[in-house]
Amino acid sequence: MIPVAFDYEVAESVDHAIQLLGQHGEDAKLIAGGHSLIPIMRLRLAAPSVLIDLDRLEDLRYVRDEGEHLAIGALTRHRDVHNNELVQEHCGIVGYTAGLLGDPSVQHRGTIGGTLAHGDPAGDMPAVIAALEGTLVVQGPNGERTVSASDFFQDYLFTDLEPDEVVKEVRVPKLGPDTGWSYKKFSRRSQDWAIVGVAAVVEKSNGNIDSARIGLTSMGSTPIRASAVEEALSGASPDGVAEAANSADEGTEPATDDAASAEFRKHLARVWTRRAVEEALNR
Amino acid sequence: MRRIQVRVNGTTYEHEVEPRLLLVHYLREVLNLTGTMVGCNTSNCGACTVLMGGESVKSCTVFAVQADGREITTVQGLAENGDWHPMQTAFHENHALQCGYCTPGMIMASISLLEEKPDPSEEEIREALEGNYCRCTGERRGDPGGPRRQLLPLHGLREHNQGCSAGRRTVQLEREAWE
Repeated sequence: MIPVAFDYEVAESVDHAIQLLGQHGEDAKLIAGGHSLIPIMRLRLAAPSVLIDLDRLEDLRYVRDEGEHLAIGALTRHRDVHNNELVQEHCGIVGYTAGLLGDPSVQHRGTIGGTLAHGDPAGDMPAVIAALEGTLVVQGPNGERTVSASDFFQDYLFTDLEPDEVVKEVRVPKLGPDTGWSYKKFSRRSQDWAIVGVAAVVEKSNGNIDSARIGLTSMGSTPIRASAVEEALSGASPDGVAEAANSADEGTEPATDDAASAEFRKHLARVWTRRAVEEALNR
Repeated sequence: MRRIQVRVNGTTYEHEVEPRLLLVHYLREVLNLTGTMVGCNTSNCGACTVLMGGESVKSCTVFAVQADGREITTVQGLAENGDWHPMQTAFHENHALQCGYCTPGMIMASISLLEEKPDPSEEEIREALEGNYCRCTGERRGDPGGPRRQLLPLHGLREHNQGCSAGRRTVQLEREAWE
C-alpha cells in the first residue's frame, strides 16, 4: 500500500508543467487533487517515475461567465464547483454532480480537470460533460487547442491528451430556462462508483421535447451518448419518453464485473434513462 | 528527498521527506501525532481525516510534499490550554463513540462541515459524514439484527444510515448549542 518511489516536481505555471513533461518523458504523470491517482499508485497499478504537481496553480481555480458558456478552471475543486453560484444558476447539473463525487473530504481535494483527464468511464463527470457537449481547453508545447468532449474520451482511462499536454479549462453551456437536466446515479452504497449513471439535458418547448442529449456512465470504455434515445426524443411528447428510453442500451457494450452483469447494466440504462428524462422534463 | 515546511497544530516543522511519504504517515510516524488514525488506506473510511487549510481532507490520500507550506490541524490540535474544542466536548457528552477509532476523523469532518455550513440540515449532516465509517454502529445493511440492534438505543437513533448516527446526532446537538 506504499507507492513505488518517485521524484516530485512542483509546476509553477502551465508552461512550466509542459516543460517538465517534455523533460521527464512519458513516465512522468501530472497530479492535481490526486484522488484517482494516489489510490492507484498505492495499489501499484500505476508507478510514474516523476509526479508533476499542478496543485499550486491557484490561477486555474475559477468559474467565469463568458456569455454563452461558463469557463471552469481545471484546478477548481469539486466542492468549489458544487458550491459555486454561477454553476448553480447556469449549469446546475455540473454543480449537482460535483457534489456526488466521493464525499466532502474527497471533494476538497479532487479537481474537475483531474477527473476528466483521468478518463474513467465509471466517473460521473465525464458523462455529464459529454451530455452537455462541453469542451476542454488543453495546452501543449505548441499552444492551446480546444477538444470536444466527444473527441476527448477515447478509451478506458485513455483520452485525447498528448503526454505533454495539460487540461486548463472546461467549458460548459449556460442552460436556459427551457432546458431541464438530471443526473441519475445507481450505486449500492453511498460514495460508490456508479454501476450505471445517466445524464440527461432536455430542451423543452410548449410542453414537448425539442431535443435531448443523454450521456451514460459505466456503459462502455468511455462515457457514451445514447444517440438512439436522443433521435427518438427529438420533437417527442412526454408520453414518448418510456418507449424512447428502451433503446438506451443500443450499441453499448458494458462490462460484467463484481458490481453487475452486462445484462443488468443494460436494463439499468433503460430504466434510469427514462427516470432521468422524466426528471429533466420537470426541472 | 525533499525539504518541506508544514505548520501542524500551530507548530511549524521542517523535515526532509521522501515524496512518496503520505501525510498520515508523516503525522503519525515523523511527528508522532498518533491521534490521527489509519483505516482503509483508500480514501473511503475517513479515519485519517484532518484539516488542511481549514478544510477536511483524508490524509492517507495526500502526499506530505503536497502539504508543504500548508496549515494542518489534527484532532490533537483542537484543545486550547487544556480545554476541549466544543465538538470534542459534544462527542464526549453525547457518548458519540463506541470503540473510538473513527472518532478523530468524525470530529474533524464535523468541524469542517460547520465551517462550511453553520446551520446544516439533517440531510446535509448525513452527506457530510458519509465518508466517515463507523463499524460499531453505523451502517444500514438491512435490519441490523442481534447485538448490533441492542446497541442502537445507546446512540439515540433507531434508524441508521451510512455514516455514524451518533456523530450525526452530535453535530445536530452541537449546532443547536451554538445557535
